Amino acid sequence: MKHTPSRVAVLAACALSMLLPGCSDNDAKQPSQAEKFSIDSNPYPSTYQPIPGSPTVITNVTIIDGIGNQIEQGMIHFANGKIVALGDNIEIPNGATVIDGKGKWVTPGIIDNHSHLGVYPSPSVGSTADGNEMVSPVTPGVWAEHSVWVQDAGFSRSLAGGVTTLQVLPGSGNLFGGRSVVLKNIPNRTMQAMKFPDAPYGMKMACGENPKRVYGQKGGPMTRMGNVKGYRKAWSDAQDYLRQWERYEADYDAGLNPKPPKRDLDLETLAGVLTGDIRVNMHCYRADEMVTMMDLMKEFNYQITTFHHAVEAYKIADKLKDNNVCAAMWADWWGFKLEAYDGILENVPMVHAAGACAIVHSDDDLGIQRLNQEAAKTWADGKRAGIDISMADAWQWISANPAKSLGIFDQTGSLEAGKNADIVLWNGNPFSTYTKAERVYIDGGLAYDLNDSISWPVSDFEVGQPTEGDAK
Amino acid sequence: MKTLMAFLTAAVLSATASAQQVAIVGAKVFTQTEQGVLESATVLIRDGKIERVTEGTEVPAGYRQYDASGKVVTPGLIGALTSLGLVEVASWAGTVDATAEPTPISKTGAALDVSYALNPDSTVIGVSRIEGFTAAATTLSDTHQLFNGQGAVITLGTGAPLIKPKAFMVVNVGSQGADGFGGSRAALWVALEQALQEASEGRVPGPESPWYGMNTRADLKALKGVIAGETVLYMEADRVADIRQVIAFKQRHPGLKLALLRATEGWRIADELAASKIPVVLNPQMNLPGNFDQLGATMENAARLEAAGVVMAIGMDTHNIRLATQHAGNAVANGLSHEGAIASLTSAPASILGVADQIGALAPGMRADLVVWSGDPLEITETAEQVFINGEPIEMTSRQSRLRDRYMKLYETTGNPSSHYIRP
Repeated sequence: MKHTPSRVAVLAACALSMLLPGCSDNDAKQPSQAEKFSIDSNPYPSTYQPIPGSPTVITNVTIIDGIGNQIEQGMIHFANGKIVALGDNIEIPNGATVIDGKGKWVTPGIIDNHSHLGVYPSPSVGSTADGNEMVSPVTPGVWAEHSVWVQDAGFSRSLAGGVTTLQVLPGSGNLFGGRSVVLKNIPNRTMQAMKFPDAPYGMKMACGENPKRVYGQKGGPMTRMGNVKGYRKAWSDAQDYLRQWERYEADYDAGLNPKPPKRDLDLETLAGVLTGDIRVNMHCYRADEMVTMMDLMKEFNYQITTFHHAVEAYKIADKLKDNNVCAAMWADWWGFKLEAYDGILENVPMVHAAGACAIVHSDDDLGIQRLNQEAAKTWADGKRAGIDISMADAWQWISANPAKSLGIFDQTGSLEAGKNADIVLWNGNPFSTYTKAERVYIDGGLAYDLNDSISWPVSDFEVGQPTEGDAK
Repeated sequence: MKTLMAFLTAAVLSATASAQQVAIVGAKVFTQTEQGVLESATVLIRDGKIERVTEGTEVPAGYRQYDASGKVVTPGLIGALTSLGLVEVASWAGTVDATAEPTPISKTGAALDVSYALNPDSTVIGVSRIEGFTAAATTLSDTHQLFNGQGAVITLGTGAPLIKPKAFMVVNVGSQGADGFGGSRAALWVALEQALQEASEGRVPGPESPWYGMNTRADLKALKGVIAGETVLYMEADRVADIRQVIAFKQRHPGLKLALLRATEGWRIADELAASKIPVVLNPQMNLPGNFDQLGATMENAARLEAAGVVMAIGMDTHNIRLATQHAGNAVANGLSHEGAIASLTSAPASILGVADQIGALAPGMRADLVVWSGDPLEITETAEQVFINGEPIEMTSRQSRLRDRYMKLYETTGNPSSHYIRP
């Protein structure tokens, strides 16, 4: 993410010296230019620091590498936060911690690309309901990171379930719900300390029933066609806004002294999508609506990264593949509203089998604790329906594919030499009801140890309560 | 459909075989009776009832045989708390009989009766049935009044649904109940006592007598069932303080039949719960401090309650009551015994609901509702291969499996069909 001087910095410089060119009100002194105005694209930067680790080798363990391979009786070596090597037989360096993985499994850390931890935290009360800015259908200018409450106990529970990275999204009440934030799942004092360094921003959009239910009696949209008009108007405005900035840049670069356009925080996020810097996460259930949204993205020349929930993705899996759009799905949620009525158990494997990018997401503070089981259920259902997918391939639904959707697959999401050591050691086959995450490493540091209660994170909210530190 | 056909093909139809006599042969059988778990056994069914369960694989003459060797058989699972048959789509899609607004017929919510509202054609029932659920406790989830009406125990078969009407009544005595009743438990509990007091005093007044109570006459009739211990009072509470109130309530009203719902912090006073013989219906996955009633939430709740001797049912959902097997399995991963988990889905809810003489176990004379599983029913990758209701194998399809097949067929089609909606 590029760092550019902020508006505030420019003003401060002017306050110090009215003699500097560009600080004078008198623009008649052409051709001298005002200092070029640019926008800080990273004003709330990550302060994440990995927890210290030590060189470690896990031996004699079943490894799923997250890119389709399963190694029996394998070994994996990680050090200095990175994966060094994995395979049947690798060298064990002097001084490394060696863990016997007999009967156990190693996988990439789980990545949930749809969570509301922190913005709809526990306790779930009015005071903490910070996920849905339902005052206007178009609020792309709000950022989920400004709502994240780091004392949500849900972070530590999902860590115990092997989640190493998660995307926290605004809710789906609005057509444009705001920006998402990608977090490393190491509970800490501040959101910035959890923020995944340099992960691209995402933006939430929502199809269908929610926006029209929320705004139908509040000035609209009150129909699905109203929803689409709302998206089109916003994208059209964003195109115009982007042109203003492009003109400013061009004029400035041509030696002119143009006045910068007035900043608009909503359009700024939308413009970020149009320039390809911000990734679109669109809540959409129905197949026909998803196809309309893919036409919309072509009309305005942007890319939808992922449809979220996508309960009917199985009906249009071929079109998802053709348009390079991922579908993030539940294993078995259905029926809570009409647009979720056609849910089937084989949605995920059917999308995978069509060659599209399938993701299992949680959208839930309990489901995020067992995404391995969510993947296992739908994998088994697919298998019974004749869709033959290996466990190693299925694991991509909860690591590699969400990492790709978030734009961080170059760093995490699979076990490959040089990547971040985001690793889970399971005490058995993670496709079983009875298996638990035994050790969870993030950037090579041991973030959770099932067998060491001292390692279990306790949020401030839980301190001093009658059952602080209990097994959860 | 595939599985049903397999069953019919596998069936050995002798000339003397009666359609009403079925033998399920060779499975590991969880009887949920004193017979316990039999590693290889035969379940004999006659006229829709369990005839007996025998060890080994010998079958008397005259039975249609279903080979279940290598499989697992349990009694049909019972949804311990659902709104099955009362809701098709929960939100914004037509009438939901699982919720009711106040009307003049009831002032406390007790009178409402789901017996009139059940729809056996609901796709939610079909979806749940093929995953091994053959019966359920079903009730209203919200009445905006003190009680959530009279719930029923229903079969998830295709015939007449009622097994036991007026089986139970839910009252929330935690924060949610208080929020719906003046915003304070100080009002809620007085109202609860008053409502029951009115119902315990003599006869329900006729239309000729003036009546100024907090219940309507219809409420009083319904609460008579609670007073008599015929309708189980499900008391919903999470925090220890509220659970203690429930125990004290039981001591004040020893004639009532009670069960505790949720009991998130129940483990903290598990011994007291066990001593007062109050069973629990819960979702063992609740491990977050979702509000100030749930600070002690832990995945070990079920295991700790079991260790103290509390009878426990697992399964609180409607569209996905089928996930109760996973919930129970996760409780096992956190210390619950496997046999306790199977009981929590079968015999325990049957006994809590007062229908243990009909469902929840494979005992002679009971409904032949049972499930042949591909393996351990609690293991997420296993499945119900064939469900029997009233002794008959059901068709193992649902609206969901039909949609799956329709679209899998679409992708198998070569070329670009103009429409797959046209039936051949």
